[in-house]
Amino acid sequence: MATNAITEPVERDNYLNAGYGIKSWLLTTDHKRIAILYLISITAMFFIGGFFATMIRLQLLTPQGDLMSHDTYNKVFTMHGIVMVFFFLIPSIPATLGNFLIPMMIGAKDLAFPRINLLSWYIYIISACLMIYVILNGGVDTGWTFYTPFSTTFSNTNVMLAGVAIFINGFSSILTGLNFIVTTHRMRAPGMTWNRLPLFVWSHYATSVIQVLGTPVIAITLALVAIERVWHVGIFDPKVGGDPVLFQHLFWFYSHPAVYIMILPSMAVISELVTCFSRKRIFGYSFVALASIGIAVLGFLVWAHHMFVAGISAYAALVFSLMSYFVAVPSAIKVFNWTATMYKGNISLRTPMLYALGFIGLFTMGGMTGLFLACLGIDVHVTDTYFVIAHFHFIMVGGAVMAYLGGIHFWWPKITGRMYPDGWGKIAAGLVFIGFNLTFLPQFVLGYVGMPRRYAAYKPEFQVFNVLSTAGASILAVGYLLPLVYLLWSLRYGEIAGDNPWAAQGLEWKTSSPPPTFNFDETPVVTWEAYEYDHLPKEVPVVG
Amino acid sequence: MEQQRESTTLGMWIFLVTEIMFFGGLFTAYLIYRTAHPDVWEMGSQHMEFKWGTINTVILLTSSFTVALSVHFAQLGKTKLTALLLLLTVIMGCGFLGIKAIEYHNHYVEGTVPGHWWHYYEVENPDGTKSQAPQQLQLFFFIYFVMTGLHALHVTIGIVLLAIIALWAWQGKYTAEYHNPVHISGLYWHFVDLVWIFLYPLLYLIANKHS
Amino acid sequence: MSEHVLPIRIYTIVFVVLMALMILTAFLSTVPMGRELNTIVALFIAAIKATLVLMFFMHLKYESYQLSAVVFAAGLFWLLIFFGMTLVDYLTRVRMGVPGH
Repeated sequence: MATNAITEPVERDNYLNAGYGIKSWLLTTDHKRIAILYLISITAMFFIGGFFATMIRLQLLTPQGDLMSHDTYNKVFTMHGIVMVFFFLIPSIPATLGNFLIPMMIGAKDLAFPRINLLSWYIYIISACLMIYVILNGGVDTGWTFYTPFSTTFSNTNVMLAGVAIFINGFSSILTGLNFIVTTHRMRAPGMTWNRLPLFVWSHYATSVIQVLGTPVIAITLALVAIERVWHVGIFDPKVGGDPVLFQHLFWFYSHPAVYIMILPSMAVISELVTCFSRKRIFGYSFVALASIGIAVLGFLVWAHHMFVAGISAYAALVFSLMSYFVAVPSAIKVFNWTATMYKGNISLRTPMLYALGFIGLFTMGGMTGLFLACLGIDVHVTDTYFVIAHFHFIMVGGAVMAYLGGIHFWWPKITGRMYPDGWGKIAAGLVFIGFNLTFLPQFVLGYVGMPRRYAAYKPEFQVFNVLSTAGASILAVGYLLPLVYLLWSLRYGEIAGDNPWAAQGLEWKTSSPPPTFNFDETPVVTWEAYEYDHLPKEVPVVG
Repeated sequence: MEQQRESTTLGMWIFLVTEIMFFGGLFTAYLIYRTAHPDVWEMGSQHMEFKWGTINTVILLTSSFTVALSVHFAQLGKTKLTALLLLLTVIMGCGFLGIKAIEYHNHYVEGTVPGHWWHYYEVENPDGTKSQAPQQLQLFFFIYFVMTGLHALHVTIGIVLLAIIALWAWQGKYTAEYHNPVHISGLYWHFVDLVWIFLYPLLYLIANKHS
Repeated sequence: MSEHVLPIRIYTIVFVVLMALMILTAFLSTVPMGRELNTIVALFIAAIKATLVLMFFMHLKYESYQLSAVVFAAGLFWLLIFFGMTLVDYLTRVRMGVPGH
């Protein structure tokens, strides 16, 4: 009997129909509902950040830059950076997919501290509202990096409020990390040993360690900037013997590990996607698990590579350059292992896998260009140019955002019980990939031939590449808007997904889609290793 | 219950680690600037009132003792004693804040509050002549005020926290089986004491005191 | 209930030792030893005091679940990384002259 996707079948009790009404959502302690709350908020912030990106690319269509004044442009790129970094990238995967999946992946009913989980969402919302107020009140023009003495003394924009907003946002990040660490240690189901954990959990654990250790430092740093603005004298003030470079040390001590907060969860997703869509165990489980920890640790030892030309000593530059080379090693290990996993696997090119493949290629390119930047001689030439911008967008957008989209597309049937049309998913993935490359590859060239970053106008000979970049951005925008359409469409009209539409391995697939409020009808007892795909169908079933 | 106790205890230790890193930024700034301006740091320390700093250290160490005892009695189910000892701790915490207020006021009068209120210009030399205070002295005082101010903020939070827990203990909310909030609030207070154990020598004991 | 109950005697002894150390550190600050040595001695005593508070008042020595101790040690280690790597810059700064002058 053919199922008509439009008629609603009899629904089992699940977390979505467990309660209706605004109060049941705003006062929930169910990690899955909180994940959805985050998903909505983060998507909103993403499009706000994307709006600023659009403004940047439109401004840079012409060399004279006649869309907005230079002062306004300073505000636009600053808000783009702040919103994307703090309000989208840092929470994205952990707060949505991590929140939703980690308890299920370890066989638990919920996180260790469900109410703190809800609190972390409210803290995020408060900080986001404050930041939106800052935007509406004229924004900030210091760059997301808030360098002193401009931010402390000379800028006359809402630096203090922005600092307070980010300070508050930091607590959301810290509480999420704290929750994940305690959950992973204490709430694993019987038989779920550390070595049987999905690599998704390992990577999020490493992310949480960074969140807990690093975020407080940005908090105190921005607090000091705020205090200096109010007090009109302070520790970054050269007039009293202070050192503006100290601000940079304090700032980057967090902000470099912060980029690992953004990429480790993405790698978490990729480990799951690559295994499922190659129908194979991960190659070198321990290496990938330990590489996550290695990235977290080594990531704290490299921060001054953002400061090579800021005035640090040559010796320090040498040390940090060397450490920056080391930190590339665990990331490279992961890429090798994912590739080895795919070798002789039975690859299915579904939407999530397309994003995963895109990630592997683009992240590798971004990572390699990071090595170029770690080399002192090259860095002196290309620092503060579009080369750096291209480098980090390859990792943040080509890497993290693609992994985020891949994860959303992979677990969408689990989260909603519905499948989206895979054809449209592939089109969107293709548009994202093409749009992304067209946007950011020209920027490598631009940086290399000398176009500085954060400039509202540029020399006329750079225009061709800028136009290419803006064209790519418009394609990218379509690629991002499409999923919004078909994913929302699927909520009502999508095919009903079964418990395990991808025939994937992992505890989350052993419960219904959408899952019941307490995840499992009985606590699972784990007697198998992770990624035992040999016992599962050799083909991913056709769905969507 | 045991699992829950261990989970919340672990959670509080992780939170304390975030506090270590939070203060850590300030300690790093202190470290860098003291290395750069050692003479000014010694000069600044001479402006610290040794007696108040020492009394405050005694107060905080004693308060750690009373808090540890209150947790001990909570373990034994003696909740009224728990509440009384917590109250004692709260009172000592208020004493600490009172002394800091006196110190801050004295600095204000002396003119060593940085920024707008700074009017400390003359330094007495050993030979009796006066010279202008170095600008870096403001730096020292900025660090002093921010570090002790942040610490005092944490003391205040601790006082409120312990007062609430004391009230609930008095009302019989805790038993020998369940008293975890007392335990983890105690941990928070001990942490506040730990920070002061380091602030005291770093701020008050740099210069030789001939008392 | 595996929670270890320490006798009051232990707390009192630790408290007395803390007070003694405090008096010691205050006294030693009046003994001129050279600025560096004064600081090192004072910080050393502070470290001992801190260890006593951690081990006994905060029960780290007796916690059956040792992860808390590992967590705290990690925090301290990270703080040292912060200090150390920042100092790598500041301790090696050289006054650069202008080339050709």
